Amino acid sequence: MAADGGDGVSGEVAVLGVGMHPWGKWGRGFVEYGVAAARAALADAGLEWREIGSVVGADTVRGGYPGYVSGATFAKALGWQGARVTSVYAACASGAQAVNTARGQILSGLADVVLVVGADAAPKGFFRPAGGDRPDDPDWLRFRILGATNPTYFGLYARRRMAVHGDTLEDFAQVKVKNSALGTLNPYARYRKSVTAEEVAASAVVADPLRLLDICATSDGGAAVVLSSMGFARRHGAVDPVRIRAVSTVTPRYPTTVPDLPDIATDSAVAAEPAAATFRASIARAAYEEAGIGPEDLALAEVYDLSTALELQWYEDLGLCGEGEGAKLLRDGTTALGGRIPVNTSGGLASFGEAVPAQAIAQVCEVTWQLRGAAGDRQVERARVGITANQGLFGHGSAVIAVR
Amino acid sequence: MSRTRTPVVAGWFAGDGDDFRLLGTRCRACASVFFPREEFHCRNPGCPGGGDLDEVPLSRRGRVWSFTDSRYRPPSPYVTDPELPWEPCTLIAVELKAERMVVLGQAAPGVTVADLTVGMEVEAVPGVLHEDAETIWTTWKWRPTGVTV
Repeated sequence: MAADGGDGVSGEVAVLGVGMHPWGKWGRGFVEYGVAAARAALADAGLEWREIGSVVGADTVRGGYPGYVSGATFAKALGWQGARVTSVYAACASGAQAVNTARGQILSGLADVVLVVGADAAPKGFFRPAGGDRPDDPDWLRFRILGATNPTYFGLYARRRMAVHGDTLEDFAQVKVKNSALGTLNPYARYRKSVTAEEVAASAVVADPLRLLDICATSDGGAAVVLSSMGFARRHGAVDPVRIRAVSTVTPRYPTTVPDLPDIATDSAVAAEPAAATFRASIARAAYEEAGIGPEDLALAEVYDLSTALELQWYEDLGLCGEGEGAKLLRDGTTALGGRIPVNTSGGLASFGEAVPAQAIAQVCEVTWQLRGAAGDRQVERARVGITANQGLFGHGSAVIAVR
Repeated sequence: MSRTRTPVVAGWFAGDGDDFRLLGTRCRACASVFFPREEFHCRNPGCPGGGDLDEVPLSRRGRVWSFTDSRYRPPSPYVTDPELPWEPCTLIAVELKAERMVVLGQAAPGVTVADLTVGMEVEAVPGVLHEDAETIWTTWKWRPTGVTV
């Protein structure tokens, strides 16, 4: 594993700048949030927009046509300057796909410095499928036949953990307690108020056994990063930048064994033996392999806590502990700030709510601030390696490993 | 007034009473089973290929893999009567041993999460998703085998 950060040797790209628009329910358009985040990332990088050779947008399906071509939408809003443009969509993993696209362009020499932007303006209530009768669309079918919203899948996973691993409602509530406390320290979080276990227990059940405060909200927000080649970073005067060492964008392996959103059934394992690792575990494994590190090297992790119970699942899928030991890791304080491996120092989705195409980029922003030692009151001591992880609907793995 | 009984999706289930079955497809080349049914191509990457997909009934009984419910009214295209108060709807994920797969479904009417445990045996039974002036939309439901209706 090369550690000198040389071009084309280590395969690393530099994170020159990061920026976010605060999460919330602002009631304005996604373009505004994306442009604010992009300008913040450019300022953080010390670059002019005109110096950007390529822009990659993470798409939203909630902004009409401009949302499907978000790269061009952001480029136009920032002022056409002729940059190469790409727009990508991978549901919750869109942001990581955008980061990976930028990385590929840099490592192949297509671009020296790339702006990655994702933003969303979320509607009130449950996410729902696109309109029209589409009986060949699994996302339409699960709503039409089962009324199965996203939280019902989270409820299935949570109940399964309680039955198989002995997790309790109190364990789930403590994830919210931890993440909400961290959210109070993050100026970009939507919810900046500490939540108690009693408040979680007193909130309404949405999808048994999960309550309102166990489940992440949907939010408006925007996030952006500026990535460059290591050579560009040196010429630009960035002596010791945060570097992205791996991006995992893997798909599942047949046969799946967990009913993933938006599917009505798993694959059948009758003719093919399932892989030893579940899809979620394989996401992290691919990132570790590419980075040449293991979970023991991590200083922090940002994971997709769509529900409190799912955060515990991620501990196991990232290899921070053995299968079924997630709740113990939480109870021990291992994943709290000051613990061996703090998880979701940003406050997580529990404090942000999900702004789909921005969220995986926001995870990279948090890891970058942590590795720079610029995370203020939520700083992890001596943070040198961080991982982000999430999973997008329809089989999109997403994990980023950054080092400094 | 006579209304037609129409499956919410054609070809996913058939039969009445004890003969009710979910319907999947099976690859002639590698024996992989699919539900929802695949009609044209086997999705097993290890399949030697060349096999047609035949309709196959799935096991009628399985074990609860997990369960949950919808305490709030789901959005369209789920059909509900906005005039009526929302009644929580129970969802069950069921592990079918022979097929080695997990299939979701709504629970039979009256079955709540308090009636269920992981590992409990359930069976697929015919059910009604919703009704309108012309049509009774039918579906499958999972019902604990110990329950008599």
